[in-house]
Amino acid sequence: MTKNLTPEEIVKYFKDEFKTEIKDAKIKRRAAGSKKNEKATIWMKVDKIVFKKVIKHLLDLQFPHLSIISGNDLNETIELIYHFTVNYGNRLSEITFNISIDLPKSKPEIETICDYIPGALITEREKQEFLGVKIKGIPDDKRLFLRDDFPEGVYPWRRDETGPEKLYRNLHEVNK
Amino acid sequence: MKQTTKTSYHIPVGPIHPALKEPVFFEFEIDGERIVDVNVKLGHVHRGIEWASRKRNPIQILYLAERICGICSYCHPAAFALAVEDAADIQVPERAEYLRVIQGELERICSHILWAGVAAHEIGFDTVLYLTWQMREKALDLTEYLTGNRVTKAIIMIGGIRRDITKDMLPKIQDALKYFKDNFEKIRHIFLDDKTVMMRSQGCGILTKDDALKLCAVGPTTRASGVKKDVRVDQSYFAYGDLDIDCMTPDKLTGEVNGDVYDRIIQRLLEVKQSIDLIEQCVDRMPAGDIVSEPKIAKLLAQLKRVNGEGVGRHEAPRGEVIHYVKFDGENESPYTWKVRAPTYNNILPWIPMLKGEQIADIPIVAASTDPCMSCTNRVAITLGSKKYEMDKEELHRLSVEKTRRLMK
Repeated sequence: MTKNLTPEEIVKYFKDEFKTEIKDAKIKRRAAGSKKNEKATIWMKVDKIVFKKVIKHLLDLQFPHLSIISGNDLNETIELIYHFTVNYGNRLSEITFNISIDLPKSKPEIETICDYIPGALITEREKQEFLGVKIKGIPDDKRLFLRDDFPEGVYPWRRDETGPEKLYRNLHEVNK
Repeated sequence: MKQTTKTSYHIPVGPIHPALKEPVFFEFEIDGERIVDVNVKLGHVHRGIEWASRKRNPIQILYLAERICGICSYCHPAAFALAVEDAADIQVPERAEYLRVIQGELERICSHILWAGVAAHEIGFDTVLYLTWQMREKALDLTEYLTGNRVTKAIIMIGGIRRDITKDMLPKIQDALKYFKDNFEKIRHIFLDDKTVMMRSQGCGILTKDDALKLCAVGPTTRASGVKKDVRVDQSYFAYGDLDIDCMTPDKLTGEVNGDVYDRIIQRLLEVKQSIDLIEQCVDRMPAGDIVSEPKIAKLLAQLKRVNGEGVGRHEAPRGEVIHYVKFDGENESPYTWKVRAPTYNNILPWIPMLKGEQIADIPIVAASTDPCMSCTNRVAITLGSKKYEMDKEELHRLSVEKTRRLMK
């Protein structure tokens, strides 16, 4: 990329391509210090059908830095938020770019992005074991943080019956 | 004559090992002395801190965040405070922004000097370890003077900072900065001009710029490979937007970027110098005023309880970018979700290209060169065919020291 796009231009770049599949996009600016220089954050919600294409589209812009994927259990759905940064390497022009998707709890599946960004592997593995999301096509689906003898079907960040509440209330049953 | 076939064998390193400050497990595939492949397993110290936050209010989480890591005891609460301020739209007083930079940079000096000592120890230069840690002691004394404690500082507060730096405190800060500057040249000479250090670190544990980008490496690890990425430079947060700061890469000193262990040493030394400069700038330019936006904790908590929204806080910790995500639902005092990502999390995968093709004796220095934030242990088991024997901390350290001695001959 030759020139740094502004947050508005980035949102427009995605809206032109995906139109209604971009469900929500907002730009937030916060000033800091005496000079009140601003930092910008984009929050964008996309339909999971076009998710992989959105990431490809982002890659055409600039190779993004993937900080982390975070997730929320929102009762009916599981929300995954991919925290990217773009425009890095230029004084005060970096933008935090958060792309979120909603996955239905009945079938929480999403494609891997490891083929585009190999560094996503660790965080994708973490989401699998902590939120019970199935990452399709992940190169390595072993557990990352949880022990091998941790019970199957218990996901520590879930807030429903698959959450860890029952497990920690009945620790005597685990015999550990 | 009987034909012997060469086969590779596996060495597990960890979960407990001297080069790693916290448990992590490597499985190396070795052919003779060369490393063919590496597999990493984590989670030996996963304490469920994010889950523990569900029963705590944001002020209590500040102190919980502080205990994620001993060396980064300022970065985590700082990133958390930034995330909460982002979600609740709290404006921080200007003076507090400058004080926050001073604390952040002081922590960077402590951490990088500590790392320099560890790196020297890994290649068998224990005198340098004592020399650098003597310098670090001065940085810790200053930390104690400014915050009241050496490690867990409890200095940051949502919407500001907890202790001011008054005029009568400035001479002590200037004394300490002068001491660092006077001793900096000595450390620079030892690390950068010493023939043995050069032999052990040049061309060893290379991470290419391409790999650093693709594997999302952060902090000095990625900058030593030539990727210009530093949250302090790229984004306006705290008072960094006001200060004169430039992204450091090793070519500033040597004119070229190799991405090896030597470059990572240069990188950290340059950053220590940069931190001294930033503290001086802050002391000069600090405006007068309040240090916290809302001094009454109960009022602040009541305000945070009504917040319905999410925020992201990013800060450049000594090891790289730390990012916290916070979501409040507007009903409960404790956050709905809190996600922490420490820099080492992203620097795990870059270990694999760094270690491939290196020798066993290089494992400690290459692994330590990313400054991993995991704790230390001391036993390595070696499986050689059906014969099993254990290699302890002293043995592996001895191998590393022997390689240095061999090179010196």
